Amino acid sequence: MASPLLSIRDLRTYFYTESGVAKAVDGVSFDIGAGETVGIVGESGCGKSVTALSILRLIQPPGRIEAGSRIDFEGKDLVTLPDEEMRNIRGNRISMIFQEPMSALNPVFTVGDQVAEVARIHAGIGRKKSWELAVETLALTGIPAPEERAKQYPHQLSGGMRQRVLIAMALIMKPALIIADEPTTALDVTIQAQILDLLVHLQKEFGTSILMITHDLGVIAETTSRVIVMYAGEIVEEASVTELFARPHHPYTEGLMHSMPHIGHDQERLNVIPGTVPSPTNWPHGCRFRERCPYSWDLPEREHPPLYDVGAGHTSRCHLAREPQRRNHPHEPLVVQEGVGAA
Amino acid sequence: MIRFIARRLGQAAVIVAIVAAITFALIHLAPGDPFSAVLDNPNVSEKVRETLRAQYGLDRPLPEQFVRYIGALARGEMGWSFSHDLPVREVLATALPNTLLLMGVALVASFALGIIVALVQVARRGSIIDNVLGAISLFFFSMPDFWLAILALLALTYWLPIFPVGGAVDPVMHEYLGLGGRIVDRLKHLVLPALTLTLLASASVARYQRAALLDVLPADYIRTARLKGLTEKEILRRHALRNALLPIITLIGLSFPALLTGAFFIERIFAWPGMGYAVVNAIGTRDYPLVVGGVIIGSIMVTLGSLLADLLYAWADPRLRSH
Repeated sequence: MASPLLSIRDLRTYFYTESGVAKAVDGVSFDIGAGETVGIVGESGCGKSVTALSILRLIQPPGRIEAGSRIDFEGKDLVTLPDEEMRNIRGNRISMIFQEPMSALNPVFTVGDQVAEVARIHAGIGRKKSWELAVETLALTGIPAPEERAKQYPHQLSGGMRQRVLIAMALIMKPALIIADEPTTALDVTIQAQILDLLVHLQKEFGTSILMITHDLGVIAETTSRVIVMYAGEIVEEASVTELFARPHHPYTEGLMHSMPHIGHDQERLNVIPGTVPSPTNWPHGCRFRERCPYSWDLPEREHPPLYDVGAGHTSRCHLAREPQRRNHPHEPLVVQEGVGAA
Repeated sequence: MIRFIARRLGQAAVIVAIVAAITFALIHLAPGDPFSAVLDNPNVSEKVRETLRAQYGLDRPLPEQFVRYIGALARGEMGWSFSHDLPVREVLATALPNTLLLMGVALVASFALGIIVALVQVARRGSIIDNVLGAISLFFFSMPDFWLAILALLALTYWLPIFPVGGAVDPVMHEYLGLGGRIVDRLKHLVLPALTLTLLASASVARYQRAALLDVLPADYIRTARLKGLTEKEILRRHALRNALLPIITLIGLSFPALLTGAFFIERIFAWPGMGYAVVNAIGTRDYPLVVGGVIIGSIMVTLGSLLADLLYAWADPRLRSH
């Protein structure tokens, strides 16, 4: 296999807060190949967004990427790259789409201007040329009447249209990698589907790699080829999409899958994983999931599990890989119905 | 939009009328009248006093005088200035441009200076520069205007005699100067009063602008700007400032009255022949028509200023432009 487009090794991003050091991302390693779509899934606070912002080095103080972390992209280590070169990569080689299309656009500039600005910075072209390119790119994202739309302000567009504008902004320089952080969370369900289709379509057309960050396994299933499951600042499982959905190994992944509602199943309440994510200033020793895990025994308490190879390019940070027979004897249900047995 | 302007102009007319009435009542209630000096002179006979009072209608009951005054005003007559022995209109017509010049220069300069100071502070927020500039702003913010004016006068005309002591032009030499010389002469006279007003006004602009910028910086669209690969300076100057200017536009409207009253004191101290100078002197000599006329013009300036600021705001914020 050729060397990957993006290669992250032992990424640690810590926040130095008054209540202690929050280890939001704590030793994450993964690769993204050229043209590949990789998903990161996990609940709020698992470190997935901080991972994304770390790649672009947009972590604001008191946050810091720790020494020893490596983010190799197109032959450069982004962690140690000078600021000016890093700015050359942002919006140009790596771009990002955010969750909140409502607030991610500047209210006082036209959307065309905001899309064109990216080309003005990176392509070194003038106002007129960059405007034309912006209109072209807006058209690519399926915005009807792009010439007129480009002259409008964000408040004049719907949520779905604004997300298309943000996609155009991310796409205008034909970057090698687009990071999409919950790109559809704030949108209506029908618009969500349209935006995901658009991303998949553009990814195929331009061969751009996509890092899809979401808490929604449905989005992962629809758009990605490989999935990374994050929990408590680390990767707990990684596999191809088909492998992960067919054979989830980590109890946390199992829990996530069981908590998805299914069409056709009559269910009054949603299933949930009991408990909450522990505090990043004080991760539990041993396995970080053990307090919520139905299988936990003395080994996870003593020893922090490594990423075990469980076959077919599938890795899992669970000691069940060593003692698989324990999976048959959970000492409590894996998931509970919300409000029924959580206490 | 036109209806909005019409409504605001209507409100402005009411405000000006109320201000005129109150000023009229107050200045007439003050002891003495324009002929005090003449009336107190025992050599002036009762007959002469009565003739003088009757001549100017001052023997009539106050409400009648007010109605007469309003009537004259409606015909465009602002009355006769006793102290200048000229029509009030002429006195104000000479004074108004001087005040507008002083206020205009101070308005533009104070907003430019205040915004630049705030940008420098926010670009290095938390640094020594930020703190020092903040302390200087607070100093000028708390300084009474007349005190700063007197200090400036003392420092730059007496200890370091760089600038002329007062007036708008050199009383003797101005007439003999060429065009270039006249402009230099005017500018030299303008510097001290304009500088004093600017320093006072820019302090509050800087403080408001710094707070407005800090309010805007955590916004999501600032993060978007960083993502695009803009430098922090570009982000501050383009994306943050453009949004943080909106609340400052409101401050322009609010600072009009402050600048005008500031100008009253400062004109007096620097003998700048503007509205403030004319009105303050008129109060001393109980020159009723000039006082009321000056206050009317002042209140028109203030109400128009706030209307202008509102229109500017609506123009600058695209979310309000379409309505």
